[in-house]
Amino acid sequence: MGLSDSTAIAGTVPESRRSLAARLRVIFMRSESLRGYALLSPTLIVMLLGMCLPFALMVAMSFWTQRGFDIDISFSLTNYGSAISSPIYEALLMRSLAISGTCAIVTVLLSYPMAYYVAFHVHRRKMLWIILMTLPFWTSYLLRIFAWKIVLGWNGVINSGLKSLGIIDQPLEFLLYSPTAVVITLVHAWAAFAILPIYVSLEKIDRSLLEAAADLGDGPVQRFLRVTLPLSLPGVIAAMLLIFVPTVGDYVTPALVGGPDGIMIANMIQAQFGKVNNWPMGATLAIVMMIVLTIIAVVYIWLTRKLAEWIS
Amino acid sequence: MNGNDAYIRIEKVSKHFGDVAAVDNVEFNISGGEFFSLLGASGCGKTTLLRMLAGFETPTMGEIYIDGAAITGVPPHQRPTNMVFQNYAIFPHLDVRRNTAYGLRTEKLDKAESNRRVDEALEMVKLQGFGDRKSTELSGGQRQRVALARALIRRPKVLLLDEPLGALDKKLREEMQLELRALQQSLGITFIFVTHDQEEAMTLSDRVAVMSGGKVLQIAAPKEIYNRPVSVEVADFIGQMNFVDASVTDLADGQALIDTAGLGQIKARATEFAHKGANIVVAVRPEKLTLSKDRPAGEGNAVQGVISTAAYLGDRSHFYVTVAGTDKPIAVAAQESDMSDGQSLGADSAVWLSWSDEAVVLLNRA
Repeated sequence: MGLSDSTAIAGTVPESRRSLAARLRVIFMRSESLRGYALLSPTLIVMLLGMCLPFALMVAMSFWTQRGFDIDISFSLTNYGSAISSPIYEALLMRSLAISGTCAIVTVLLSYPMAYYVAFHVHRRKMLWIILMTLPFWTSYLLRIFAWKIVLGWNGVINSGLKSLGIIDQPLEFLLYSPTAVVITLVHAWAAFAILPIYVSLEKIDRSLLEAAADLGDGPVQRFLRVTLPLSLPGVIAAMLLIFVPTVGDYVTPALVGGPDGIMIANMIQAQFGKVNNWPMGATLAIVMMIVLTIIAVVYIWLTRKLAEWIS
Repeated sequence: MNGNDAYIRIEKVSKHFGDVAAVDNVEFNISGGEFFSLLGASGCGKTTLLRMLAGFETPTMGEIYIDGAAITGVPPHQRPTNMVFQNYAIFPHLDVRRNTAYGLRTEKLDKAESNRRVDEALEMVKLQGFGDRKSTELSGGQRQRVALARALIRRPKVLLLDEPLGALDKKLREEMQLELRALQQSLGITFIFVTHDQEEAMTLSDRVAVMSGGKVLQIAAPKEIYNRPVSVEVADFIGQMNFVDASVTDLADGQALIDTAGLGQIKARATEFAHKGANIVVAVRPEKLTLSKDRPAGEGNAVQGVISTAAYLGDRSHFYVTVAGTDKPIAVAAQESDMSDGQSLGADSAVWLSWSDEAVVLLNRA
């Protein structure tokens, strides 16, 4: 700093004579990121205590082993060995992935027309329509599952209806306590998570793009396939992921309507922490499930990005 | 050029939105190969009329014919028209090349031919080499060019342009005006151009339809609209105009003798409504008035006034001259080259205004 500069600021308080608090305040005010972290601090604390620590504990536990009623906390890969080699875990994981994948696809297929209708054909009170579509969410999750039990059951609405119409003699057994029942229940439960992102992506589409497509010779079907669908793809991709990831780990629905064929990996994890009383194995299974899910999600996002590039 | 003077026929067309008549009983023809502008303030119905031509709106009443065929029942994708949208409507998920080629699907061309057509269209709008650009990476001017190429690649009989230059800055807009005009003349197809910018309409068009409140006020060549507006509304919308209330005192061999409020006794070419005793409006363009310090020699029209405001604009200067008897100062535009003694003309200078008989337009009092 030159002589002229130091004389120019001679009127201000020198850095050294300020109080510590004042100096800290200056540092705080000057640092954009520090202020950002301060704003986030409540969330960060909750995340740290409520998620990161338990997760670290779970990772650690997955390397422990259960010996009778005691837990051996020396490092061991035994659990991972049996998680990979045992056919029951693999079968359950595969079934979970299949059920959730089906669930994600069916939900998106059923939700798309609803979102499309509200985005393009409802002109007034769109918000009311959206709220009505999310109405099932206002009731308890358990209540909804029990409602499906009543609909799908042995003497349920569908079976007794079909019987009284004379279409069937014996109740349809595949309806309840089967993977089908799990898919039906999950699709209904997660519909709103598909409708909303798809609706948002459809609503964002500039209507003049559709007029341009019509002007350039496209009929209604071509317009949908060449403009509406590609532009709503981000919503569809998000919806699929949003449903697939949490449903893989669902255990309430399969426990209540799945029956023996509808049991999923999360039921096994729950059992490890419950009646089997092998917490380290439960932790290992949970981690394995997470790793598989992460791989699938990354591959899926990468694939859809490639697909989008290929389209444009 | 097809030289067909009724290539597009708009017959008694109205469009109502609820109780509002956006287009109100409009009737006119557009010739093949013509550059035709629909000019008016926002809400005058010009865009609605264009959208009816494109097929995005259906007339409530009336019929539109293109090349002799009624088109009311024809959906947009089957019409011989293509449109350049106001916001350009460039497909964001497609690159420039795919945007341009979008309309070729229906023509079922092989790959080589389709590539040739795309190159040709991109060349036409001077976007060679931009094919691989993402549409999100384009500037406003480039988007406009893509929209143009995309519409022209289908070789439409009629190109509809909805304020295509509105979003561009002044310099680019003037450049595009020249290019559009050149393009239209080389292609020889009909351009129907919607704009609220009267200068743009005047520069580009063979004919201009001035619209207001859903009605067409006047359809004529730019020069005629400027020099012979049919109403106060048209005269006011196109350029600047001085209006002075007046009444006809006498008529003699095609000339009307008029008593004006402030401009004295003047003579002008008589019109059908200028019967003896009629209350009319006298209109004079600012650039048809001449300013001088001394009374001009001869028997010409002249009146004295005082400059209230003077504005120097570079190539020309604008003056507002207060004349006794008029309710508003008279606007005068003088070219720099005409201002031999103009340097000394500033606010509060006493001046003489003079004009020729031909400069005056008689209009019906609205």
